[in-house]
Amino acid sequence: MAAKSIISRPVYGTLSPQPGKHHLFIADTEGALAITDMARTAPASFFDGAEIVFIPGPGRKHVAALEALRPAQFHEAPSFASLLPRLRQTLANAHMGLRLYLAGTEGLIGQAMQVALEAGIDHTSIQTEHRGSLARRMQCVHCKGITENVTTQPAICSHCGLLLLVRDHYSRRLAAFQGVCINAEDRSEIPPMEEIFR
Amino acid sequence: MSTGTTKLDVVVSDVVPVNDLVTRFHFRRRDGELLPTFSGGAHVVVEMRDGERTRLNPYSLMGSPLNTSEYTISVRRDDVGRGGSLFMHRSVKPGLEMVISYPVNLFSLDLRAKKHLMLAGGIGITPFMAQTAQLAAEGGNFELHYTCRTASLGTYADVLRERYDRRVRLYHDDRDERIELDRLLSSQPLGTHLYVCGPSGMIGWVRDRAASLGWPAETVHFEHFAAPQPGAPFDVELAVSGKTIRVDEQQSLLEAIEAAGVDPPYLCRGGVCGQCETNVISHDGKFIHNDHWLSEEEHRSCNKIMPCVSRFEGRSLVLER
Repeated sequence: MAAKSIISRPVYGTLSPQPGKHHLFIADTEGALAITDMARTAPASFFDGAEIVFIPGPGRKHVAALEALRPAQFHEAPSFASLLPRLRQTLANAHMGLRLYLAGTEGLIGQAMQVALEAGIDHTSIQTEHRGSLARRMQCVHCKGITENVTTQPAICSHCGLLLLVRDHYSRRLAAFQGVCINAEDRSEIPPMEEIFR
Repeated sequence: MSTGTTKLDVVVSDVVPVNDLVTRFHFRRRDGELLPTFSGGAHVVVEMRDGERTRLNPYSLMGSPLNTSEYTISVRRDDVGRGGSLFMHRSVKPGLEMVISYPVNLFSLDLRAKKHLMLAGGIGITPFMAQTAQLAAEGGNFELHYTCRTASLGTYADVLRERYDRRVRLYHDDRDERIELDRLLSSQPLGTHLYVCGPSGMIGWVRDRAASLGWPAETVHFEHFAAPQPGAPFDVELAVSGKTIRVDEQQSLLEAIEAAGVDPPYLCRGGVCGQCETNVISHDGKFIHNDHWLSEEEHRSCNKIMPCVSRFEGRSLVLER
């Protein structure tokens, strides 16, 4: 569970069934458990109007559990990038009454929310639940490159190679935490690297 | 004291009857300068000096926000109301010097919306006059559904049809034309925001249906233009000022407090903005809450009252004012 620090650091809730005509779920690995937990309190025919887009990762864990909810549509994707065209298409053709539910890692929630914001959905009307890894998507403020799955503090920018302090400062527009050079004054000063975003 | 707003010294530059019930008033600044900028949905509070009595009524600005050489409001005559609209209709003539507040917007467009869906009922059309003008100038995407009793009472329906053609859809009660609300709400593209202004029954209906059909609360905007309801006179003790006042049948509690020389904060005078929220020190009787600001729980707690629209019946009421 992500701890609250500064105001831009996202906080996540617990998925709950919303009134609406269509329900779109996007989840990665552990996020499936947030959906199956929510299903226990959902009205009987809730998943008749639902679409689940799932990135199971290696082992296809939880696929059977999600299929057992009998959603109107179930779609499995190998990565977020691979489901992006489909997601954009779905949102472009959608009507008011569609509700969005995001569950899983921060990287998945953030990137799906970024697409939803572009489609005109307010971030406060999206249901989110964090499950699984705390690994961060980080943008280097110096070269603007994005590094995925950052688990250490500090972390190395995968684009320009600078050693970055991973801040709690988050951008919904970029769907990334901010990384700032930790040793700009003296590049020979190398603080120890700890794995803290597990 | 209107919070965060100063007053504007204006002169009535024109008075135009629009139909049997509605008259339009034009205001210009007495010093000839431009009026302050406003955005569609804003209102001003008009001070009406009617002999001994001063009324302060809010009215939506209905002109284009692009034109600040004058402000225009449209006032529907209410023969059984508290007298503000009758005063405007009978006593306000071109050349009269009046005082109005700076504009305040509690019903603004959310310009992040992909589309703006507007629902107006009766005189609730006025804020949409300004909003549609603002959006049309920016090439904004909007659609207006306007319900009126009869064609002849469809205030500005002709103007709107001429300006925006098929983007305006009219419904006449006397022809039994009704908005197919569920179908309308279910066929809007994602990213649409909904705006509703009209009688409170209509606002309640639209908000209910929108919520059931999955419109998030952030996408539903509404403005009540309910005037304070008259009621039985009651006495109030103002503990901070050390005064005891009587609220007349046709007077709001806020107006009675002001008439006693106490200057509480206010903004909308319609029970929505929260500025005049007042703590109750003690009471023996029943509150008649008419506001849309306090929660149901706060209404039940009897610890707070919105004096602009709410009243009291009973033996004693002491306010922290």
